[in-house]
Parts: sequence; structure tokens; C-alpha cells
Amino acid sequence: MKAPRITDTSLRDGSHPMRHQFTAEQVRAVAQALDEAGVPVIEVTHGDGLAGSSIQYGFSRVSEMDLIAEARSVCRQARIAVLLIPGIGTVHELQEAKQRGAEVVRIATQCTEADISEEHFEIAKKLGMEAVGFLMMAHMRPPEVLVQQARLMESYGADCVYIVDSAGAMLPHDAAARVAALKDALSIQVGFHAHNNLGVAIGNSLAALEAGADQLDGCLRGLGAGAGNAPTELLAAVLAKLGLNTGLDLYKLMDAAEYVIAPIMPYQPIPSRDAITIGYAGVYSTFLLHAQRAGEHYGLDPRVILTELGRRQAVAGQEDWILDVALELARSKQADSSAHYETVSAGGKEVAGEANTPRP
Amino acid sequence: MDVQHASNSKVKVAIIGSGNIGSDLMYKLLKQPGHMELVLLTGIDPASEGLARARSLGIRTSYEGIQAVLEDPTIQIVFDATSARAHVRHAKALREAGRIAIDLTPAARGPYIVPPVNAGAYLDRPNVNMVTCGGQATTPLVYAVSRVTPVLYAEMVSTVASLSAGPGTRQNIDEFTETTARALEVVGGAQHGKAIIILNPADPPIMMRNTVYAIPAGEFDEEAVIDSVMQMVKEVQVYVPGYHLKNPPVFDKLNTPWGRRPVVTMLLEVEGAGDYLPRHAGNLDIMTASARRVGELFARRLLEVQQEVAA
Repeated sequence: MKAPRITDTSLRDGSHPMRHQFTAEQVRAVAQALDEAGVPVIEVTHGDGLAGSSIQYGFSRVSEMDLIAEARSVCRQARIAVLLIPGIGTVHELQEAKQRGAEVVRIATQCTEADISEEHFEIAKKLGMEAVGFLMMAHMRPPEVLVQQARLMESYGADCVYIVDSAGAMLPHDAAARVAALKDALSIQVGFHAHNNLGVAIGNSLAALEAGADQLDGCLRGLGAGAGNAPTELLAAVLAKLGLNTGLDLYKLMDAAEYVIAPIMPYQPIPSRDAITIGYAGVYSTFLLHAQRAGEHYGLDPRVILTELGRRQAVAGQEDWILDVALELARSKQADSSAHYETVSAGGKEVAGEANTPRP
Repeated sequence: MDVQHASNSKVKVAIIGSGNIGSDLMYKLLKQPGHMELVLLTGIDPASEGLARARSLGIRTSYEGIQAVLEDPTIQIVFDATSARAHVRHAKALREAGRIAIDLTPAARGPYIVPPVNAGAYLDRPNVNMVTCGGQATTPLVYAVSRVTPVLYAEMVSTVASLSAGPGTRQNIDEFTETTARALEVVGGAQHGKAIIILNPADPPIMMRNTVYAIPAGEFDEEAVIDSVMQMVKEVQVYVPGYHLKNPPVFDKLNTPWGRRPVVTMLLEVEGAGDYLPRHAGNLDIMTASARRVGELFARRLLEVQQEVAA
């Protein structure tokens, strides 16, 4: 087995649990620690990619363009990557990111919509950037569909295509089957991006590796959306134990996780009840905080909101459906409880106040 | 201008483009002609299904594109449902030939036009642009807020069924976000506009959904905003019956680059009329319905002018 190339995305996927509040100082410290530990690619962008700063996803505290430049300024060997989701960011932001120091772009689409990314791959290649395709929410479609979509990205000039388990909904055999299918069909590299909602981020990454993955993603301490990603320091340890020479300095990564990331994390992402629900229902990991907020506001269990979003087949980026679903659930809950009140009072019993009692 | 039309006659119109948009517009013009008479639908592919469909409905067709329009001097209004690149050429030819162009592509050679907001302002122009489907859906709501209280920032998120996003949108998705964002500013009245589009492949297909967020610049009266928005929804329903809010506007305080501020959120759903395209394709429906509406306003205006000339 060949050692995979590791991309650390603490400064991009980690932007979600950070509520997009990374400061320039934090970004410099994290990028420098990763660079010194030998991580070859460091992703820095708003959690939802270039131009993700919005009401829909949350506004960035510091402009991502400034953060890209800050990260670039402290790296000696690592290259800076950015995420671009067509429909949110455009080639204009990509051009600016390139000027500010990004050399790799990861172009992400819902796993059935690769054909919206042609222009972005074309411009990325014209700019001389490495271009990686990201098929998001890849648990929603079988390997053969993903192969068709990956082939489109390959034809647009992608250097690699990732199977992205945005919902952390895959089990190891799901990850392996998808990666193997792409390896079979493509002549370019294949990558895998895990989320830990079902507690198998490392297991899925290993299964992907055995199926031939050339690239894997991690975040220090797993700092990412939902229950987080595969922890980079843990990946380094596991890969070293497999006897693979990744070029990563395990002790330095463990120190970076312990002393650089841990002190600035707002919380440790874990498979909490809501994160497990995300993996189980198969919804976008970044829905976690948004669903918790809506749940609190409308007196609903976030798990009910997340499960309903899964039933409606919500895709990457549809945070606005959370409010929509929460409002509907709150309305039907109210209708339920008044119906309950009527039924009971029709029986002639004095049960005033019962209408407001939360239902189980 | 040709004075041979009597004041009670209709204005002759043509459609260039025999794809989904052109076909849906054709059905709308046949169903509800108003002061227009559709006399020609042109494409560039002799084997096009759209042209065959038009012929079966008794509409004259041609596969010579704009040439057929230019050769018929009685056609006064031309709907262009081709592509941005083609429209750049068409715009020039139509202007030189003295025809009015209603541009359904993202080319934007003329001003953006959104019927309930600014349609009346540009009826003397030779070329107007219909923005984007998302722009037609959301700009009226931003304007409904900004006519009551100045809007610092407006953002729209459009979610459309994958099946109803055609190759034009897919190849030029940046054009959608950039054009729509500009329309939220220029037509909607927001100081800053932002647009996001998401394609959802769910089966069965979802209805077109738009979320519109607006951050007012200062203090404002929530009731006045609600009234203005609900009034605007009624105005759009006149020509897009499937246009409705899923909920009255929601008010919430959020952290923004301008500090902690109240944000107005509007959840909009657009169900298509199902004229030619399926009902979930509300995004295409609002585009063709708006274009028909603008065509009707131009037609009435031309007939008035002709009456004056005749008198």
C-alpha cells in the first residue's frame, strides 16, 4: 500500500464549529504548526467555501482572503488549498484566492451535479492550480452514479476526485466500494473525506485507503462539522503503524492538536446525540449547530428536525430548509396539542394547561 | 413604425429559441395572448422537437434562427430564449431592425426588468433583460422591504430541482449568482446583494424554493414590512399564480458584519403553472410568465402609440 497524501482542513471544515470566527493569529498558529509537522496541503476557507460568508451559513469574522494570505505567509513547505462550491463561490473569488497564495482548489458539488463545475475546473487549470473534485453527500448515490459524475470532473481537468462523506453516513464497506469504483474507472487520483458522526471516520479512511485512495483528509482533534472529521494526528499514528511513510511528524501533530487547536476549540466535536442523528439520517454535517439553534428557538428536539430533513432529501448547503422544517414542525406540534386539549375537554375533564405540556 | 395595424389589432411577436423556455413561453402566449399574437417560433435545429410541437399547434416555424424574424417586418416584439452568447448578436440585429427585444438569457444588453417593480420604467427601451429565474422570484420581495425601510444587505438562496436546471444554467452558474446579486441591488434596492443557488436531485422533484434574507439599515416597523411583503406577493400572483410564502416573514436578531441586527427572513415557494413544463419547474415558469407579462406591457404601449399616430 502506498502512503496517502494528507490534506488538513482544520482551517476550513473547522470553520463550522468555530462558527467562522477564526482570527488571523489563530490561523497563523495552526498553519505554522501543520507546516512544521510536514502536512503537505492545508485548506483555508470559510466552511462553505469561497464566498460562504453569508446569513445562510454565518458571516466570517475575518475575510477568508486575508486568512489565506496569513496562512501562506507562515508556510515553508505546505501548499494552501481553498474550497470552492459552484453556486456559492465563483471564479472571481478563485482568482483572488490564487493571488493571495492558494495553489490547490477543491471544487465541490452535490454528488449528482458535477456538470456545474466545468467552468471552474477550466479556470483553475488556466491559473496553474492543482484542481481536486469533491463529490459531496456521496452516500446518497451508488458507486456507478458516482463514477459517471467523477468521469465528468476528470474530463474537465481534475487531478483527483474525492468521495466526500459529508453526512458521516457511510460504513467502511460503503466507503471502500465507492473509492474502488472510482479507482477502477478513472486514470487520476482518488481521495476520501470522512466525518465521524457514526464513529467510523478513521475506520472509513482506512477502508478507503485499502480500496486504493491516494488522498485522505483530516482535521486536528477532528475539528470539523458534525462530529468532526478524521483527526489528522490520529491518521498519522494509524498510518505509521501500518508501516506507511507519510512524511508526517507524529509527535509534532499530536502537539499541534494538544497545544494549538485544543485551546481555541469552542467544543470537542464528538458523536453526540444530534451528530449521531446526522449520520443516521444522512444529512449534511454542518446542519448540526443550525438545527440545535432552531430547536432551541422553537422548542423542538433537533433530532426530529434533522430526521425530517433527511426524509426530504436535503442536500449540501440547504441550511435554509432547517428554519422551514422547524416552522412546520412547530405548527403541527401546536395543532397537535390544541387537538389534544379539545379532545380531553370534550370528555368534560378539567385539564386546563395540559395544552402547553410538552409532548413526549 | 408600421401603421398598418389598426388600433384594435394585436402586436405580432416571435420567439427565438425552441428549447424548454421557448416552448413554455409559446404555450403561455397561446393560452393568454392578451394584446399579442404569436406568429413565429424559430430555432436552429430543423429536427428540434420544439419546432415540431409549434407546427402541430399551427404556429409558423423556421430553423433559420433570427434571420426568419428579420425577414418578417410585421413582427414588433421578439422574445429571445437562446443563450447569452447568441443574444449579444441578436440584440444588435434586432435594434438595427427596429424591433423590441425581451431577453430571457443572461446577456443583459438592456436594463434588468422585474414586472411588479420597474416594468413601466423601461417601455421606451429597445432591449430589456429578464435577469434570472431566481431574480424574478426574489427581487420583488427585497423591493417590498426596501420600499418601507432602507435595506443594507439582501441575500437570496434559490433551491431548484436538478431536473429543471437546464444546460444554460449549468454551464454558467456563476452568471446566475452574479446577475441575481446585482439585480437585488439595482432593482431590489439593497445596498449589498448576494445570491446562492443549490440544485437538489431529490425524487420526486422539489418545488422551486427561495429564501430571501434582508437586513434593514435602521429601525423599522415590522407590521409595515409584513404588509408590504404580503401586498407584493399578491402583485406577483397576478401573473405567477403559484407564487406564495410558506410562512409570514420571520424576524430574528443575528450577528452580522454590521453588528447584531434584526434580519427579515422570507420563505418562498414557486409552483409552476404546468403549461408545458412540469409543476416543479417553478423557476422556468416564473421566467416565462414574467417575460409574457413584460411583452404584454410593451404591446399595450405600442398600440397606444399607434393609436396616437393614427389620430
